[in-house]
Amino acid sequence: MNMPRSLQTVTLALVVIGILLLALGGYLTPFSRLALSPFVGAQTWLFTRYSAVRDFFTTPRDVTLLSQQNAQLEAEISSLQAQIIQLQQQNADLEVLSALLDFAQAHPQNEYLTSAVIGRDPSPFLHYVIINRGSDDGLRRGMPVVTSQGLVGRVAAVTAGAARVQLITDPGSAINVRLNPSGAEALLTGSLTGELQLEAIPQEVEVQLGDLVLTSGLGGNYPPDILIGQITGVRQRPVELFQSASIQPVVDFSQLKIVLVIVNFQPVDLAPLIPRPGE
Amino acid sequence: MAILVSIPILGILVLLESAIFSQVRLLYGSIDLVLLTLVAWAVQERVKTAWHWGLVAGLLVGVVSAVPMPAIVLGYLLATGAALLFKRVFWQRPFLAMIAATFAATLITHALAFSALRFTGTAIPLVESVNLVTLPSALLNLLLAIPVYALVGDLANSLYPEVIEI
Repeated sequence: MNMPRSLQTVTLALVVIGILLLALGGYLTPFSRLALSPFVGAQTWLFTRYSAVRDFFTTPRDVTLLSQQNAQLEAEISSLQAQIIQLQQQNADLEVLSALLDFAQAHPQNEYLTSAVIGRDPSPFLHYVIINRGSDDGLRRGMPVVTSQGLVGRVAAVTAGAARVQLITDPGSAINVRLNPSGAEALLTGSLTGELQLEAIPQEVEVQLGDLVLTSGLGGNYPPDILIGQITGVRQRPVELFQSASIQPVVDFSQLKIVLVIVNFQPVDLAPLIPRPGE
Repeated sequence: MAILVSIPILGILVLLESAIFSQVRLLYGSIDLVLLTLVAWAVQERVKTAWHWGLVAGLLVGVVSAVPMPAIVLGYLLATGAALLFKRVFWQRPFLAMIAATFAATLITHALAFSALRFTGTAIPLVESVNLVTLPSALLNLLLAIPVYALVGDLANSLYPEVIEI
């Protein structure tokens, strides 16, 4: 017997609603799991194989891209590090120049010319440095050379664009000095090893560790009152005519980079005043 | 050509020595790069301009250094002579000639510099000079002798190529 069309529609609707209600109620879960598991397995298998094939073809491109980016970043880092070093160097130079400027302003009676140390004497027996100023800049032989810390030496030889400076640590250097606070006068000499020695200190003078050593101006080779160093050791023996002492210079001669040349000081030539034999 | 080449090469070496190598110290001794190059040049087999190089080296270093120039020039020329002598003595052992010549050349140049400075009034003690300056300088020079010999050998081969008779 054929069912009327409307009754078929209602029956179908009731079945669908029933299934939905069962599904919402969770009664169909075991059935759905059983039905879907083969599809899930197939899907997983298929996706895994596809991913492997895709990675096989795309990984080299990704690795290359990452390598390029890595190289670019490393180059950028190197460039930035070089800039940092350059800026640190400029900062250090600025500090030195600032100290030199302060020194020049504190001693307005002198005229200074800034010079850079560009080399050292090749001979290991001597202590000389070469600076990048010469006669074209007004330098003359005998001009004193200082830094913001103290005395460095004096100009020993000059060419048009460079000059050679004899350091006070040179074995051929001899400077008349004055001790502070005793006021005693002595002779400062350099040595092969660069150590500074004070000689010809009168026995009656009381020399203390830490006393300052300054130029005395005697002899006319250096302006007076330029700081040289401090006394670090005293040797006094009653059987000797004079005391001697060792000095720690205030200037670090191994780190000389920029110096000041006192250009308005001319050493005094005492030769005409020295009587010759027979006069 | 070899004489003309000596001027820029030795000039650059003088600059390097003054700016860089003079600060490389062992005790108070230092490397003499110009002397090493001069000795290495003199012990090369086909080189014929050793004396010229010695003169140029002495003049260039004498301009820069405060040691009296005659002492430097004479020192480098005597060092050249010593190197040529050792080349003849150790003609089958060029490395040995280089080592012996380096040591002798260092002693010769230092002795002349020391004598000149003492003569001009600079008070330098002899024993200290030998112990603290000359021997450490000789050691430093000996350390660099073989590399410098190799480099100068390449230069000599380019300026004095070996003649092959067919």
